[in-house]
Amino acid sequence: MATAGEFFRRHLSETVEVFDQSSSSGSQELHVLAVDDSHVDRKVIERLLKISSCKVTAVESGTRALQFLGLDGEQSSVGFDGLKVNLIMTDYSMPGMTGYELLKKIKESSAFREIPVVIMSSEKILPRIDRCLEEGAEEFIVKPVKLSDVKRLKDFLMRGEEEKNGEKGTNKRKRQDDYNFSLSPPSSSSPPPPPPPPPSSSSSVVDDLSSSLRPSSSILSPERPLKRPRL
Amino acid sequence: MDSVTQLQGQLVDYTTSLFNEGYLNDQYTQLQQLQDESNPDFVVEVVSLFFEDSERLLNELDRALDQQSLDFRRVDSHVHQLKGSSSSIGAQRVQNVCIVFRNFCEAQNVEGCLQCLQQVRHEYSLVKNKLETLFKLEQKLLAARGSIPTQ
Repeated sequence: MATAGEFFRRHLSETVEVFDQSSSSGSQELHVLAVDDSHVDRKVIERLLKISSCKVTAVESGTRALQFLGLDGEQSSVGFDGLKVNLIMTDYSMPGMTGYELLKKIKESSAFREIPVVIMSSEKILPRIDRCLEEGAEEFIVKPVKLSDVKRLKDFLMRGEEEKNGEKGTNKRKRQDDYNFSLSPPSSSSPPPPPPPPPSSSSSVVDDLSSSLRPSSSILSPERPLKRPRL
Repeated sequence: MDSVTQLQGQLVDYTTSLFNEGYLNDQYTQLQQLQDESNPDFVVEVVSLFFEDSERLLNELDRALDQQSLDFRRVDSHVHQLKGSSSSIGAQRVQNVCIVFRNFCEAQNVEGCLQCLQQVRHEYSLVKNKLETLFKLEQKLLAARGSIPTQ
């Protein structure tokens, strides 16, 4: 029978900041950019996010997503309506640009690489998961996405005040992480010591992403080497 | 027993049977939980999108499987989409046929694909029928009173 959603994430060893320009009112409504070529899935993810009090922009392709982000311009991650994007959730299998390709473009961009990207896929293909996590995806969620997944993501993004020790993180996190498989709701774990932080551009930092990410109640696969070849 | 109670009972029974017979799975329940007063038609809207998508994809599949030289990747791509959307609304039986269908695509088995197309059309029309009946029951209940019972 159906169980709690499966997701995979890296065991982060650095903190990453999420810049939030809407801090004036103190409200921290997250703005999520959702990318999926399926009508049905866009509608569902939009509802999941709205019910979790997030602002949503749902687009149908990687190209549209990049347009929305204004990747062609020199701006930081401000969309058409001036709203900062706090999280990108993208389907993996899309015609044209795949979610992986979108992920790469985002991580290669100095303006946007700090935005956490979550990949969603109906297919649990381990090399695919590896590849996405290594490229810097925050998490890989097996579809269908559930409310508990969104809640977890939101908590993850919102938390971090207490984790913010002035540690600044780098955003190209590949080749430095191993990862956990998690098949159950997360429990907290203590973070490993972060590496020395590289310089980062700063704006007003409201949120940052905690390195004490979930699951170590997870099934850590001990046979897996820390550094995996790119697939 | 007043008509509202009766309708409520019918609705619960009917919904339960759909789950028991494997037409719907927990994902459908997830969708129901996303519906509220601010979004009272959410489930119907999502399911309608599913119907639209499915009909389009089934027509594409008809075309793709009608070719002289079959492009299995094209067929697989459509089935993958159908599998995805059926999974997103919890249409378990449609989803299951899609899984088998994709295996036949991978094996480049024409006969298997043709059989699956027939089967997936059949399952789709069954679940469409069931869901439409379900929605009609809900409408009747709404008309008779106010809210739909939560599961």
